[in-house]
Amino acid sequence: MLSKLIHNLRVLGLAAGAVLLAACSSDSAPPVPQAPPAPPPPPSATFELSVSNLTNAQPLSPIAAISHDSSYRVFRLGEAASPGLEELAEGGSNAALLVEAAGDNGVFATVASADPVPPGASTTLRFTILVAELPSAELSVSSMLVNTNDAFSGINGLAIGDIAIGESRRVTGIAYDSGTEANTEQAIHIPGPVAGGEGFNAARDDRFDRVTMHSGIVGRDDGLADSDLDNQHRFDNPVLAATVTRID
Amino acid sequence: MKSVLAAALLAAALTAAPPLHAADFNVRIVNLSNGIWYTPFLVAAHPEGTSLFQVGEPASAELQAMAEGGDIAGLVTALEGLGATIAANPAGGLLPPAMSTNVDLNTDGTTNTQLSVVAMLLPTNDAFAGLNAVSIPTEPGTYVYELPAYDAGTEANDEILNGGGAPGVPGMPADPGGLAGTGATGAASADNNTTVHIHRNVLGDTDASGGSSDLDSRVHRWLNPVVRVVVTVR
Repeated sequence: MLSKLIHNLRVLGLAAGAVLLAACSSDSAPPVPQAPPAPPPPPSATFELSVSNLTNAQPLSPIAAISHDSSYRVFRLGEAASPGLEELAEGGSNAALLVEAAGDNGVFATVASADPVPPGASTTLRFTILVAELPSAELSVSSMLVNTNDAFSGINGLAIGDIAIGESRRVTGIAYDSGTEANTEQAIHIPGPVAGGEGFNAARDDRFDRVTMHSGIVGRDDGLADSDLDNQHRFDNPVLAATVTRID
Repeated sequence: MKSVLAAALLAAALTAAPPLHAADFNVRIVNLSNGIWYTPFLVAAHPEGTSLFQVGEPASAELQAMAEGGDIAGLVTALEGLGATIAANPAGGLLPPAMSTNVDLNTDGTTNTQLSVVAMLLPTNDAFAGLNAVSIPTEPGTYVYELPAYDAGTEANDEILNGGGAPGVPGMPADPGGLAGTGATGAASADNNTTVHIHRNVLGDTDASGGSSDLDSRVHRWLNPVVRVVVTVR
């Protein structure tokens, strides 16, 4: 929020300078007034986020990281998922979630990984916020477990403003159910590599249209005869580990 | 409970003038699960050295009544005997999936330094979520605890829905969500571990009118943690 205000003020300042210069250029008087020097950029804080996939066979969709204050949440447990979260949880695309975040006054910065994170792998992202935003800075991380109907994991509003330069905070993420799609475990409803089925569908056909914890994969090896998932796709909590380091 | 609390009472009696505890706090309870209802929660602050259960020890009769049928009356009576600060049934009934409830407690003038929270998972035979005698923080702030599902170890997890909720009566008492089946032959005989232990989760099946379990494997399973407790100390 503050960064946007400062940004707006800087835009106004540059525009005023341009008007001043235009007025001077039409004046032949010898002393040419100089445009006021651009104010120094406000001090900023840069963080590095590393996300590791702890599952056996659940690739994590491209990671979306959002820094924000406490007025913003990717989701609230027990409440309906936003359309952007639904797209991420059902289809693995973080685009709509990031658009939602960018339009929220409580969001400071967003960043996303280009690729999914396979089981056993990790990815590293960087983002920068203003020092003035640190006292209220939180971090949320979101990603789909792609061999599922609508499971996602992440970090929900981790305070990061008190991390000193060079220091880290390590947390783990559990698996949530977005509550937007029935857990059929059938390939036609699962976008991940095991299935290649449909991802996002705006219809909400879960038992409750609200975010809960995920109850796990049953799988055809455990009696769900029409499941296209097997015991390799089962998971337990936590499903990801995240390390946030303030590097500057 | 009797043995645990009796021993604790003795210990408390032998300890000279325990310091008085003063905490004014709120306890918020969140049902994290996707398909589990909770029977009325029992929230209690009680003296150090006392607990409602101990992992690896057999459940008391009072804990068994809670875990098998959701009846917290026995635990309340035992806690009253300890001078505990008690909030029974803050949700005013069952707590559905993803819903939350909260209650204020004030331990001024007591020695009730420990916080416990318990309730039964429905539909199960004898699963319960428990926060087990954690020290109540004295610094103002917000403290988060995540609770696993325990097995009371007092009843076979047959997963048969027959209304059996009284202690010692086999079967599951109720299915508030209305998604369980009927006609199961039974998923398991007696527990291998008959002490309080981490629940191995339910089995379930996809046969609504038979099979080994009346539970639905797509609906009634869970992954830990199953409850989040948020304590806000003022």
